[in-house]
Amino acid sequence: MTTVDFSRPDNFWQSRRFRDAMVAYAFILPWVIGFILFVGGPIVASFVLSFFRWKMIAPPKFYGLTHYISMVTTDELFRISIWVTFKFVIISVPVSQVLALGLALLLNQRIKGLGFWRSAFYLPAVVSGVAGSIIWVWMYHVELGIVNNGLALMGLEGRNWLYDRELVLGSLIVKSLWNIGIPMVIYLAALQGMPQQLYEAADIDGSGEVSKFFAITLPMLSPAVFFNIVMGIIASVQTFAEPYVMTGGGPDNATLFLGLHLYQNAFHYLKMGYASAMAWIMFLLIFGLTVFQFGLAGRWVYYEGGAR
Amino acid sequence: MAVGNKTVHATEHLHSKAYSRPSWLRTLLLGNRFPTGLLRLIIIYTLLVFSAFLFLLPFYWMVNTALKPPNQVFTLPPTWIPKPVMWSNFLTAFTVQYETDPPVYNYALNTAIVTVNGVVSTIFSSALVAYAFARLEFPGKNVIFLGILSTLMIPFAVVMVPQFIIWRYMNWLDTLWPLMIPHWFGSAWNIFLLRQFFMTIPREYDEAAYLDGASRWHIFIRIILPLSKPALAAVAVFAFVFFWNDFLGPLIILSTPENFTLTLFLANFNVAYRGTPWHLYMAAALIIILPCLILFFFSQNAFLKGITVSDLKG
Repeated sequence: MTTVDFSRPDNFWQSRRFRDAMVAYAFILPWVIGFILFVGGPIVASFVLSFFRWKMIAPPKFYGLTHYISMVTTDELFRISIWVTFKFVIISVPVSQVLALGLALLLNQRIKGLGFWRSAFYLPAVVSGVAGSIIWVWMYHVELGIVNNGLALMGLEGRNWLYDRELVLGSLIVKSLWNIGIPMVIYLAALQGMPQQLYEAADIDGSGEVSKFFAITLPMLSPAVFFNIVMGIIASVQTFAEPYVMTGGGPDNATLFLGLHLYQNAFHYLKMGYASAMAWIMFLLIFGLTVFQFGLAGRWVYYEGGAR
Repeated sequence: MAVGNKTVHATEHLHSKAYSRPSWLRTLLLGNRFPTGLLRLIIIYTLLVFSAFLFLLPFYWMVNTALKPPNQVFTLPPTWIPKPVMWSNFLTAFTVQYETDPPVYNYALNTAIVTVNGVVSTIFSSALVAYAFARLEFPGKNVIFLGILSTLMIPFAVVMVPQFIIWRYMNWLDTLWPLMIPHWFGSAWNIFLLRQFFMTIPREYDEAAYLDGASRWHIFIRIILPLSKPALAAVAVFAFVFFWNDFLGPLIILSTPENFTLTLFLANFNVAYRGTPWHLYMAAALIIILPCLILFFFSQNAFLKGITVSDLKG
């Protein structure tokens, strides 16, 4: 990262350093403008707005902490939505990782037709949330869906997957497991980049495959696991299209995700202040879970070269 | 973490704590030996076929339904292969029109506009910003870069309400502008991805051009961008899939059917048709996901590159 200073500056304003910096600022100017208008500005606005009551008609009215207090005291639905989101994240993220890693291990076995198998597992990742959700609604259809009809072929009794409050969150989690293409490819790339010397050395020691997996593969993969878990948390806390399309939050609010509750408050009831307050709770949920992961990372994430 | 260091630490690592860790798990599973030879092949391919079957099942169910004649959709038990195959369902789904709603190709046009704009704007603006972080020196560089990365943790919900208010104030609600303009200012993830890629281009190329008197802009356009085609393609395919499939953005901005995108149309399909002609519904879903599927089949490498170029360890 060394830049040689070719010029001999007579004064600061004509120095190459200064001109270079100006050019650089010109290059990042789009991001700076965009940040102020669409990210930084809105972040501040959203934070301020969360302390106001504003339904977009009358001018905003200062509300203090009332929104945050009513979340815990009066808004039963908010508590439900936090719990639903939390359950979904806590189950969906780890199970996705196990499944994605399992598939990546399979694909890494010097198999024939790697491209085909990889495509089959990756394909759902390019299907939109809305289209994918609708396909799964049809799959879960009580009488005409393939799930219940498949179970019937095996002599098992079908269930009402999307209208049974005990089952519905599980049904959405299963749907989310269909979308593990990206973490799978990340694991596969990490596996393929694995230094073979480690395995050769282990072979000399006479280690079996299973111990090689736990002693070499898993530690070497841990940065990828960590990355995928953090990205998975960020995405799944914000889950929206699936409950919006598949269940509308029901039945009996069993799939009222935080994102859905927030959306309804903002755009159905126009409670802009309250929705902003909820958005900050969503941020705290992401932030908390991510920081928690970073805290744990020191214990299990193995970085080559020993840094961190 | 430099990738090149791997060999140095290879043997050292074998004697680290991790190596001897899970003996109890090892004995629990298969007594440490994974089957070899034919048995191993059988296990691997059985698992592959079984998982691929499960992953492709929804696609089969969609295609199967999309090709059924209407009277077969509601028969029990369902027919596993449509007979006769009704290719005309696609035409019906694409041209059928409910009351005063616009025809489907109108939604497709809106989606295409948003997507093309999204791809072009994302590539151009993100590359511009990424170039500054990969090649130029300026005060505050690291802090700003960290700032860009930290915006990845901000959920869309936080900025959604203020952005909505901005568009309302501008009188741009229910137009495509709010879905197009914000993407001309660089997206954090793509800036990061392209910066990682630009840093792998040897500096000699642009330093030589610089000494010849080329401007930074010239270097960016004439040297860096042409050398980065694989990375730009990766950004392009992911941007395409993102914008083509975006739902929440259009949902909060657009309100009249004339301006709807395909995802909004699909989400409202039930309502518009009062009941669910599942064969048309699945045909419409298939039409909508088809461009992304085709894109994937023709540019798999770009997709794979996009996922792995940042190398996670940087």
